[in-house]
Formats: sequence, C-alpha cells, structure tokens
Amino acid sequence: MQWEVVIGLEIHTQLATQSKIFSGSATTFGSEPNTQASLVDLGMPGVLPVLNAEAVRMAVMFGLAVGAHIGQRNVFARKNYFYPDLPKGYQISQMDHPVVGKGYLDITLEDGTIKRVGITRAHLEEDAGKSLHEDFNGATGIDLNRAGTPLLEIVSEPDMRSAKEAVAYVKAIHALVRYLGICDGNMAEGSLRCDCNVSVRPKGQAEFGTRCEIKNVNSFRFIERAINHEVQRQIELIEDGGRVVQETRLYDPNKDVTRSMRSKEEANDYRYFPDPDLLPVVIEDAFIEQVRSALPELPPQKVERFQRQYGLSPYDAAVLAASREQADYFEAVAAIGGDAKLAANWVMVELGSLLNKLGIDIDQAPVSAELLGGMLLRIRDNTLSGKLAKMVFEAMAAGEGNADQVIEAKGLKQVTDSGAIETLLDEVLAANTQQVEQYRAADEAKRAKMFGFFVGQAMKASKGKANPGQVNEWLKRKLEG
Amino acid sequence: MALERSDVEKIAHLARLGLNDADLPRTTDALNSILGLVDQMQAVDTQGIAPLAHPLEASQRLRPDQVTEHNQREAYQAIAPATENGLYLVPKVIE
Amino acid sequence: MHELTLAQIARGLADKTFSSEELTGALLARIAEHDGRLNSFISVTAERALAQARAADARRASGETGALLGAPVAHKDLFCTHGVRTTCASRMLENFEAPYNATVVEKLDAAGMVTLGKTNMDEFAMGSASENSHFGPVKNPWNLEHVPGGSSGGSAAAVAARLLPASTGTDTGGSIRQPAAFTNLTGLKPTYGRVSRWGMIAYASSLDQGGPLARTAEDCALLLQGMAGFDPKDSTSIDEPVPDFSAGLNTSLEGLSIGVPKEYFSPGLDPRIGDAVQATVAELQKLGARVVDISLPNLGHAIPAYYVIAPAEASSNLSRFDGVRFGYRCEHPADLTDLYKRSRGEGFGAEVQRRIMVGTYALSAGYYDAYYVKAQQVRRLIKNDFMAAFEQVDVILGPTTPNPAWKIGAKSADPVAAYLEDFYTITANMAGLPGLSMPAGFVDGLPVGVQLLAPYFQEGRLLNVAHRYQQVTDWHRRSPEGF
Repeated sequence: MQWEVVIGLEIHTQLATQSKIFSGSATTFGSEPNTQASLVDLGMPGVLPVLNAEAVRMAVMFGLAVGAHIGQRNVFARKNYFYPDLPKGYQISQMDHPVVGKGYLDITLEDGTIKRVGITRAHLEEDAGKSLHEDFNGATGIDLNRAGTPLLEIVSEPDMRSAKEAVAYVKAIHALVRYLGICDGNMAEGSLRCDCNVSVRPKGQAEFGTRCEIKNVNSFRFIERAINHEVQRQIELIEDGGRVVQETRLYDPNKDVTRSMRSKEEANDYRYFPDPDLLPVVIEDAFIEQVRSALPELPPQKVERFQRQYGLSPYDAAVLAASREQADYFEAVAAIGGDAKLAANWVMVELGSLLNKLGIDIDQAPVSAELLGGMLLRIRDNTLSGKLAKMVFEAMAAGEGNADQVIEAKGLKQVTDSGAIETLLDEVLAANTQQVEQYRAADEAKRAKMFGFFVGQAMKASKGKANPGQVNEWLKRKLEG
Repeated sequence: MALERSDVEKIAHLARLGLNDADLPRTTDALNSILGLVDQMQAVDTQGIAPLAHPLEASQRLRPDQVTEHNQREAYQAIAPATENGLYLVPKVIE
Repeated sequence: MHELTLAQIARGLADKTFSSEELTGALLARIAEHDGRLNSFISVTAERALAQARAADARRASGETGALLGAPVAHKDLFCTHGVRTTCASRMLENFEAPYNATVVEKLDAAGMVTLGKTNMDEFAMGSASENSHFGPVKNPWNLEHVPGGSSGGSAAAVAARLLPASTGTDTGGSIRQPAAFTNLTGLKPTYGRVSRWGMIAYASSLDQGGPLARTAEDCALLLQGMAGFDPKDSTSIDEPVPDFSAGLNTSLEGLSIGVPKEYFSPGLDPRIGDAVQATVAELQKLGARVVDISLPNLGHAIPAYYVIAPAEASSNLSRFDGVRFGYRCEHPADLTDLYKRSRGEGFGAEVQRRIMVGTYALSAGYYDAYYVKAQQVRRLIKNDFMAAFEQVDVILGPTTPNPAWKIGAKSADPVAAYLEDFYTITANMAGLPGLSMPAGFVDGLPVGVQLLAPYFQEGRLLNVAHRYQQVTDWHRRSPEGF
C-alpha cells in the first residue's frame, strides 16, 4: 500500500527578552540552579504575575511576519496540572484568544519548489522549570531558573508530507525568529523546541490517521530521524494489523527510537480558565502599525532584493538569505570587496566549507567580513590569483592577519610583470622541447588537451604566483607563434 | 445529576487530594449538597450574556522588560522542605 | 487606653499624651489577659511590636507626623509578613515564614503602624464563622458560645473586644462585612483593585479584596488611607487617584438617595434585623436622605454562581501548595503522586478540600460551560442589576446578614447552611463594588449590621454615610461585657 505522511508541528520558541514573562528575573541560560527563580517564578503564596511588554511586542512581530491576524483582545488562561517543574500547579498560557491568529510561511524545498505551510496560531505562555534526573538518593532535583521564560508556541497546520518538509519548515521558522531578533534559535540550549504530530494514511484517503505526538525534539537532524522512525513504526503497526493509539512519545536519539511517555498518558484534563490575576491584553491598531513599520527585512524580500540589487541567481540569493547573519556577512563582504558575485561565491563556497569543517556558525567565523572583503580587493586588482587567494584565506583563518599582511609575509604576490612571465615561459619551453614538438604537430583537439601541461609547468615554476591569465595568453602566443 | 463515589475519587485525583476511604461517603454527600445549591443557577436565562471574568473589565497593564530580581536562593530555600545543591527535591520522576 | 479609637490615638500620640510604646505595652497586656477566651490571634508579636513602637516614637520625636504613626494594628494571617509566620490558619502553612511582605503590610509599616500580631481566620479564608481554623475556632466577644463571623473573625473579635482599635481583613464574599456585623464593628470592603493583592494569599483572585475593620467609620477611613493605592506588582490593582477618605466624612446627607432593594426582604431574613434596617433608614431620612425602592432581580442567583466562581479560582490558586518549595510535606512520600496527595490531603482542612473539589469539578472537561461559564454569565447579570440601580440611587442599603451570629458548631454539619448566610454580601464581590457594614442594633444581645453599597471607587461616600449615622447613634460605641 502507498502511504501518505501527515505532519503538523508545535514549535516553542523562547523569546529573547531580558526578563521573564511575568517576573523581573533574568532569563540567562546556564546559571546556577534556582538563582534566577524569584518569588513569582517559585509560585510563592500571595505573589502575582505582571506581563512583560516586550514579550507581547515580539509575539506581534512574529504575527505580522507570517501575515497573521493579530488578536486585539488577548486572554491569558491557566492550564492546570501537577508536575514538579510547574511551581504553581498551572501554566499561564493562552487558549481562546491567542495573540497571533491564522498565518502562513512559504518554505523552499530541496528541489527549489516553494511550499506554503499554514500557521494555525501562535500564543504566549510561560516555560516550565527543569527536572534533573541524576540520582539524589532516589530523588529528582528541580531547577526553576527556566520557569517563567517567555515562550511563543507556534502551531502549524498539518500541512507537511515528509520529514524533509518538516525540517525545511522548522529551519524556516528558525531563520525567521532569528531575523526578527525575537529568539536566539539556540536549539542545543532549548531556545527552540519542537513537538511533532505525525500520522499516516493510505494515499488518496481524505481523513487523517490517528496521530502521535513526539515531544521535545531539539535538533534538525533529530526531527528528521524521529519523524522517519515514527512513520515507519506506524506503517509497520498498521500493516501488521494493529492500530495506532493516540499518545505522546519521546524520541531517544541515542537509541534512535520513539517510546511512549507513561507520565503523560494519564487522561489530561487541564481545566483551562481565564487567569483571574491577569486582565485581557488589548493590542491597539496604532501599536500594530508601529511594530510593522519597525520590522526588519524578512527572507522573501531579501531574496528578491539580492537578485535585483546584486544580480544573483535565485538559488544563490536563497542560500545567502537563509540566515540573517549570513546575509549580513555577505552584504558586508560585497560592500568592501566591490564585487557581489565574487563575494557570493566566496561566502558560499570557501567560507561555507570552512564553517562546515569547523562545525560552527557564521557569527563565529574565523575570517571576518572585513578580512574577506579586503582579500577580494586583492583578487580584483590582480594581486592574487584564485589559487593564491585560497592560500591567503587559509592563512587569515589561521589568524595570520589581513590579506595584505599575509601576502607580504608569505611573498604571495602574483607575478604580473609580462617580461618576467615571458622569461619564465621561455625556460619552461626550453626544458620541454619534446613536448613542444609534439604539441606543434598535433591537431586542434589534441592541442587543447596538451595545453594544460604547459600551464601546469609554468605555474609550478612560478610557485603558483604567475598570473594565470597572462600565462595562458603568452603560452598560446609562444607555442603557436 | 448526583456525584458517585467514583466521581469524587476522580475529582480528588485531579486535585491531588488524598481522601480517606472512611471520609468518602461524607465528602460525596457534602459535594452533592453544594452542587445541589449550585445547580439552581441552571434555571437562569443567560442566552447571549457575555461571561464576566473580572468585575472592572479593565485591560492589562504591561511591565517594561527589565531585570529587577536577583538571586535570593538561600532565603527562598530556607523554607523549603527538601533541597540539595540548590535544587528542590521530589520523589523520583519517571517520564 | 484600650477604649481609644484610631482617631483618638492619633490625637493622643500627636499631643504626647502617651507614647506608642506605652500604648503598645498596654494593648499587649490586654491581649495576654483576654485572648485566651477569644482565640483571635494566631501569632502575637510582642517583641517586634515594642521595637516598632519605639521606632515610631523616635520618628515622631524627630518631627515626623502622620495619623497612623505609632498606632497599633493586627493583620489577618493571610497577609505575608517577612519574619513572622503567615499560616492562613492552615496546617499547610503552620510554619510558613514568607520571605517578603505583602504590599498592605509594607505600606502600613512605612506609615509607622505597630503590628501586634496575626489574627485567626477560616482556613485560606474559606468560611463565614472562623471555625475552620487549624488553630481552633474564634469566639465572639459578645457571646463566647457564638461565632464571630468569618473569614476575618480573628480581626473582628480582637477589635470588638478592645484588644486593639483596628485590624486588616480580606473580603471575598463578605469576610470583612459579615464579621463586622456579628461583632458590632464597622468594616469596609473597597472597590476591587483599590487595595493591592500582592502578598495577600489568594482564595479567589477576582473576588478577593483587602480592607479595614474598626469600631468607627472614621477609623476605617484612616486605616483604608494607609492600605489603598495603585501597586505595579498587582495587575488588577487600579491606577486611580486615592481620595482623602477622612476629608468627606462630614459631608451632609441632604438629598442623598438611598436604594432599598425589595428582594432584600426575603423569607430568610430575621424580621428583627429587617426592623433594624428600617430604623436605620428612618435615621438616615432624618439626616436628609431620601429613600427609593429599587430592585436587584438577579440577587437570588448570586450564591449559586459564587459557589462556582470562588471554588474554581481557589482550586487553581491552591495548587501551588504541593509540598515541594514551602509548606507542609508529608512524611516519607512513596512517589510523586503520594507526595502531592498526602501533603495536600493532610495539610488542608475539610472545607478547603471540599471547595477545591467543587472548583476542580466545575472546571473539568464536560462541565466547564455548564458551571464556570454559566456562573460568569450570571455574574454579569448581577453586575448589570447594580449598574441599573446606581442610575437611580447614590447608595444601596440593606441588612449585612440574614441572621445574627450563630452558635459555634450550629452550621458545621451542612456547609450549604453557612453558604446561605452570605446572601447579602457576596454580590458586592461579584460586581467588584465597595461595601460597608456598620452597627445598627442588637438581637438577643448579639450585634446586627447594616450594609451600604456604592458605585465603583466611592468608598468615601460609604464612609461619609456611616460616619454621619454614627454621629447620631451609639450602637457602635457599645462594648461587650467582660472586655
């Protein structure tokens, strides 16, 4: 049987506010346990929440960026359940009146096609603390530093049809929240976490199959693997005559399996009701317009502009605009180097593979945009050949200074003096008289193949410093004389 | 519709209240008595009436995004039943 | 000295007739002598009080003035007090020392008030008799076999017995006004949002409001002045200017329109209390007021709706008492669920558990619309009734309670019997309106209270009417025998 996969995602993004959503505690990651847990975060008797304006502003930014309706009257509700990382015994969240209503996000798939993914809603809520399961004499330790960190929960429509589409969507959300500056996107620290709702149905069937929710998948790679694994599990289950049971599952990346979460299996009755400690948040049109006018350029506009302004291909523009940091880096290099296509090439190819090799992001790149742009100037004024430039780039990455310093220190200046090149070529030809004769006797097709030999010899003799263009030109002239 | 003993057990579990078996009949009676009072409200015609959650119907005031709280773990944990290494302790949580 | 009102104390301290330390010492001695019979205090903070009194005397000596500087007060034991335990009269918080002060406490401390202690109450403010206390029931000084009302019963009994001139209370469905009525005091529930709820341990957040209990309206004005005001820590606190409550006390009642709802004279009302209400109306007419018959058609639906809304909010508010970060924790929990169930089952008393269960049920899947939403709709009908009434009249007048204080234990068997006694008071909480109860007579030697309600933010009007009434009557000056 042909199966169709249906995926919807709930993405929790921690908003990059200074203080928590309902208290004045810091939101810094990695502090000593419970040192960022105030009276409010601890749910002490008698305390009250007061909403952080910045969290609301950030939610509105997101809503506008996904073309969503912004709720004008937003109600916070209590979601009641007992869990040790939830100090009050309820989570303050939103139920009926979220800040962000229906919207959408266009994602670019691997084959270059654009797919529109619906966003059902996005709402503000508070994060929970953390349970530390290391053994404290048979006990679990609770750290409430994270409790009360603002979250924007972004709920998608079940619009994705493969794990790859799901990953592309998460990447697009990741890029968007970073573009907006509302989330640092650090998945390793849990700043962006994903719950995947997965179901399968026979191809052509209109109704959805029973879904399972995979909780807290925290890297792009794991999202793909967890979904694929869950899809496989469900298909096998059905094909073996079984039935998928709606449940919450946990992905174990070490074993590459999903397993049922017993603790969440109890019938949940969250008893949502409007939080009587908080009043409805009224968002005025004027505020929405003010936020709209301050929105940064977003990926789709940026891709369009890169093509228009720099003459880049749609593919290159999309790659460079994939993250705000990369786009900014590229633009800085292009501005300094004065050649956008050259800049695009270097950022995507050489810098890209270096970052890949080091496993780091562009904001930690060992070669700054200033350094790279400076080097491009030396390529453009013919000081450096492509090959020399790669050597200079490596040296800059190793911290050996800027392009001019490296060129100076290593004597990498390209030889462009035509007299010197002529002398060099004469020496090369004199040392290879046999090959010269063969060349001259050969037909056009063979000559083309043999020409490379002489270029190689010449470059070798010049230790790579001879200007390749000039070498080509003079060689042709001398051989065909 | 009167609550049965099993309903009361379910409610008590949701509320995480450990009831004595001996108290259950009395608790069930008391809850039914209260719900009997409450159910008189069902006779009121509330068609088209918007629920009123807050008496004054004001709107939420927002707080500027500033860090105003600082570490007071020692003072706050002095009143905690069980802590270790700055963590609150609970019986082992199984996920 | 114990007969002095706050206003008289303010004059005495200003005139240097006595010092705060002398006064405090005298009152502490009175508490030591008499409170054994009343059980109105959970904690008496003698050392702290004397230190505060000396500090107040020093402030006055350095030229500072202020009506509350050096004056004594006691707080209902649900206002968090840093350094003094705050129990909510519950085993759950028997040893709970809040690491911070409630805003009300902070403000009154700053004004220089001397806190004599924390007063007994119904556990987590759930009750109308102050019988549901882990620390034992409070007695009514007018008759020790009777309840003082609740939930602020300790605050009321202590002031009625002249152990101190005034105290703080909270009112979620009548918990200031009803004990004031039962003990011959003046008690005021301000407009919702007038007094900060920060540090006031919540029962039902959309209904709770702190306020003063004292022997006179004049004293209520003084204490409310110290308690009221916008608080950025409470999102539901109202950013409205606080008027000078004392300034308008003597305003003439000439032309004042008083609405008396016909629904108030229901079969449940003790006719002798009905008579007291009529007598009060007559007295106010002599002062220039005119009486208008009005109607509050949805009055009868208030109790059922209230007993959904308050327990629903309470069931969630009290979830934080889980034995993890503060408060009672059961011995040797077997697992997490056992920790929760036994800590809460052993830590909360029966009435608290009942209300948590009612609220849990009302919010649970399948019942939410029929109970919670329905109750909030009824709540709007009740508010609408008042809005219509206040189109016609300046204040609404009626009994505070249908009956005088009952005997201790008389309504313990059936919780609903006690709930029905809230008939007159809870509507003000549902609508968020200010309400005041003032002494208006006696039935069988027990005090009777009359309640006044006013539009939002018009506490000053209530205090004005009560003060003028107290200028021409002496019910409020009567003191219980033996105290």
